[in-house]
Amino acid sequence: MALQVKSFGSMSEAAAALASDRTARFMSGGTLLMRAINEGDTSISMLVRSTDAAYRQIRSESARIEIGAGARMVDILANRDLAFLHPAARIVGGPAVRAMATVGGNLFAAAPYGDLATALLALDAIVTVQGAYGSAQQIPIEQLLQSRDRATGLVTSVTVPRPASPDAFRFRKVSRVKPKGVSVLSIAAHLPLAGGRLSNARIAYGAMAPTPIRARAVERALEGRSLDAAGIAPGLAAATEGTSPATDALATAWYRREVLPVHLRRLLLGETG
Amino acid sequence: MLEFRKEFFKDERDDNLNEVGQPRQRQDMLGHVTGRTRYFDDHAFEGLLHLKVLRSPHSHARLRSIDTAAAERAPGVKRVIRAADVPVNKNTLLSLINFGKDDEPLLAVDKVRYKGEPILAVVAESEAAAYDALAKVRVEYDPLPAVFDVEEALKPGAPVVNETYPANTFEYHEKYNHQKLRFGDVERAFAQADFVVEERYQMSPIEHAPTETNGSIAAPETNDRFVVHSSTQALFFSLGTAAKLLDVPSNRLHYIGGTVGGGFGGKVDSLTEPLSILGAMLTGRPVRYVLNREEEMLYGCPRGAERHYIKDGVMRDGRIVARKVTSYFDAGAYTRLSSYGAVKCAAHIPGPYTIPNVCADVYCVYTNRTPATAMRGFGITGVDFSLEVQMDKLAHKVGMDPMEFRILNAYRDGDMKAHRREAHNCALIECVQVAAEKANWPISDTYRRMNSLTGGGGERAVIPATATDENGRIGGGRPATGTTSRPPAPPPRVPLPAAAQPRAPQPQPAMSQPRVAPPPPAPPPPAAQPVKPAATPQHGATRFSSVFGTRRR
Amino acid sequence: MTKTPVQFRLNGSDKAVFVDGGENLLNVLRRGVGDMSAKYGCGQGTCGVCTVLIDGEPQLACLTLAETCAGRSVETALGLSDGPNLHPLQNAFMDHFAAQCGFCTSGMLMAAKALLDRNPSPTREDVAEAISGNICRCTGYEPIINAILDAASKRGGQASGG
Repeated sequence: MALQVKSFGSMSEAAAALASDRTARFMSGGTLLMRAINEGDTSISMLVRSTDAAYRQIRSESARIEIGAGARMVDILANRDLAFLHPAARIVGGPAVRAMATVGGNLFAAAPYGDLATALLALDAIVTVQGAYGSAQQIPIEQLLQSRDRATGLVTSVTVPRPASPDAFRFRKVSRVKPKGVSVLSIAAHLPLAGGRLSNARIAYGAMAPTPIRARAVERALEGRSLDAAGIAPGLAAATEGTSPATDALATAWYRREVLPVHLRRLLLGETG
Repeated sequence: MLEFRKEFFKDERDDNLNEVGQPRQRQDMLGHVTGRTRYFDDHAFEGLLHLKVLRSPHSHARLRSIDTAAAERAPGVKRVIRAADVPVNKNTLLSLINFGKDDEPLLAVDKVRYKGEPILAVVAESEAAAYDALAKVRVEYDPLPAVFDVEEALKPGAPVVNETYPANTFEYHEKYNHQKLRFGDVERAFAQADFVVEERYQMSPIEHAPTETNGSIAAPETNDRFVVHSSTQALFFSLGTAAKLLDVPSNRLHYIGGTVGGGFGGKVDSLTEPLSILGAMLTGRPVRYVLNREEEMLYGCPRGAERHYIKDGVMRDGRIVARKVTSYFDAGAYTRLSSYGAVKCAAHIPGPYTIPNVCADVYCVYTNRTPATAMRGFGITGVDFSLEVQMDKLAHKVGMDPMEFRILNAYRDGDMKAHRREAHNCALIECVQVAAEKANWPISDTYRRMNSLTGGGGERAVIPATATDENGRIGGGRPATGTTSRPPAPPPRVPLPAAAQPRAPQPQPAMSQPRVAPPPPAPPPPAAQPVKPAATPQHGATRFSSVFGTRRR
Repeated sequence: MTKTPVQFRLNGSDKAVFVDGGENLLNVLRRGVGDMSAKYGCGQGTCGVCTVLIDGEPQLACLTLAETCAGRSVETALGLSDGPNLHPLQNAFMDHFAAQCGFCTSGMLMAAKALLDRNPSPTREDVAEAISGNICRCTGYEPIINAILDAASKRGGQASGG
């Protein structure tokens, strides 16, 4: 193999190495990158790694939690402060994949992967990106996701605000195989209530577009509504707006659009099944 | 954990077996749980090279040009293997038993006939180097119209998939383009039936998806032999196939196998050994050829898709009086085992039931899909599923319980089967009764009292006057699709003169003989002309000739 | 082509290998060290036949960059038995006919070991979850789940109802 592997103690050194070579890729958990290498992807000539301990740490503050991009699904699951993210972290891959796959890697996972990124999108997460030069920048996760194919720099951490209440953040993954299975689609929703009415709700979809996306039409339709069957009806009517799901081995685009409102309804009403 | 219902047929059996019927530990279980069971890939070879194959991206195309110059110069590449390097570049798996014509190249010559067909192979120091080299090969294709549906493939003007069989059907003994089963006169029986039920059943190709992919390692050994570790389920098939393709005496090949990481029928086609051995011959080093998971799922042979049209005539009282089946096996681009699968299908029609009028046409059809192969009871599971769903529909039609309906129509000892063999050792009725008991499915006393030993034979042992036809004669043009064309006007329903009557086998004396397995059902004996002697020397063994009807009884 | 030295512990023994850039742990175990128990099934992380334990956690060797194992402890199925004595999981798999072709067995055992080392009294659901990353095409999983529950109960943990 002509592949080179370079490890760096600091994130900025790693970012500089990435920037210096267009065929270099940063390896976080490796679950996506090693697959590409195993399958003979000839476009990768260098793997860049960081051994910086901070890369994997999870730091809690009063209003928000900063998750190192190298934190794995099992690290999230071991952290009580992140209980609201457990439903999303728990259904990524199987147990071994969860012991390897990282938050940072999930941000760049092509659809239909990227369930955790979907959850983070609904939480208005802020992503810290370290470029080759200068200090790190904070950008909204939505901006990173939409520009990720052209992204330069290194995602070092993701900061999420704590949800309004334990029940306010919900996540649902639809897959053919359970418990482990790739998404037909996933839905994350942050549903703060003010006086019994939805206020600034955030809805995000996974596998309904090339990247996780916000369902803005649904969010607008739900503003000020009650979280019951009658209240959510306009939101359900707008469920598929802005979506462009793919047809793949798991499901057709048609199927994904058909079942999305059903699962959105179940999520909003707190129904299982 | 095993329950034996020894009350059935107890008069026919000594219960003196010490091993059969007792639970015993698998001889390889200790190896499995200690991680020491050796699969083909669990062998170390110094200097091991890796082989990867360039596959056609088109379902049907001419190969206009192939340029391997850059690939040959690529780092780590030891050899590029082309079609011209293959000593005998045309084979069919069952040539080992003289069945069928050679129709499949190991490496494509001028045409590719399915997406994924191997065109050439690169042998390199590592898999990554082989992948890199493959990316440097330049091939120019002229895509051709392709056909993916069995009935479309049989229409006039359909693209010819496989020039060895220009009508897109396998040719049975150079006589007919399908397997024919004729017994009685179904058209007359349909006219007299109270109900006629006609349905179409379709199944898709099914991928075995073993956890271990197909693969082999071949290495030069002492005595100018090659040792071959293979995932094959069929060591002798694989040895014979490689010996033929590589034109070496079989005693130069030392095959070691027997432990398969999941076969299910998907490891009988010798997908990798001929190339890994050829690679070892051409490089003088051990060569490993393993399908990666994508190759296994997409290009590893699946169970072939089948389509069955079943038309039944049934009386109000539940007796099925006629069954007509037209089946199409999608062999994909090459024959492999589908020709035999169709024979097995014909042998299963009309199911374990005594039906006085049976007509079946079973086609093995070529399409531009991945060549199909065996999988778990291949040739019979698709048709049996279709027949059993049909039985449920018939039961519903006449308002009978489906279990009782099966018991009513089940064959009994002494009945004449459509294949002109007398039924022996029937046990369907008892199986249905026990299944009903296990499922807490009530069946009436009348049906609970029925059994396989009573009620058979007599009139049910007679071979009826049978309407035959010459449809599908080789050289007679393409067959009609959907249903077979009408046979000529049937003869009157009187017993034929003794001299002309086919010899009916003598009914066996009831119950006093030990149970023996009935002879395998064979297609009806060929019509009066003698079998044409083979012009070319036969490659394989003749001992299966009775199965395929090449030997007169 | 530069090779990188990697030292790690395998089933309690020190190992030292030279790895190519980008080489995965599965290849190093099988071709570098000669431990053939972990298998290749997909190279994608979907089938689980390459499941090993690294520092006690279940990981997929085919997706693990070999050099990340430096200084760490790797366990494979070859290290399960204690001399000639089988691990309770191995005995239980034999008792329950929890293997047919055997190709998934090494990975299954390691996934099961990871579970029982962490949770000695798993429910049936816990067991199903623990092997959810391991595909078996032969047994239908029930004998494997029964074997794992049986091994748990024999080790002193109570197999919880469920």
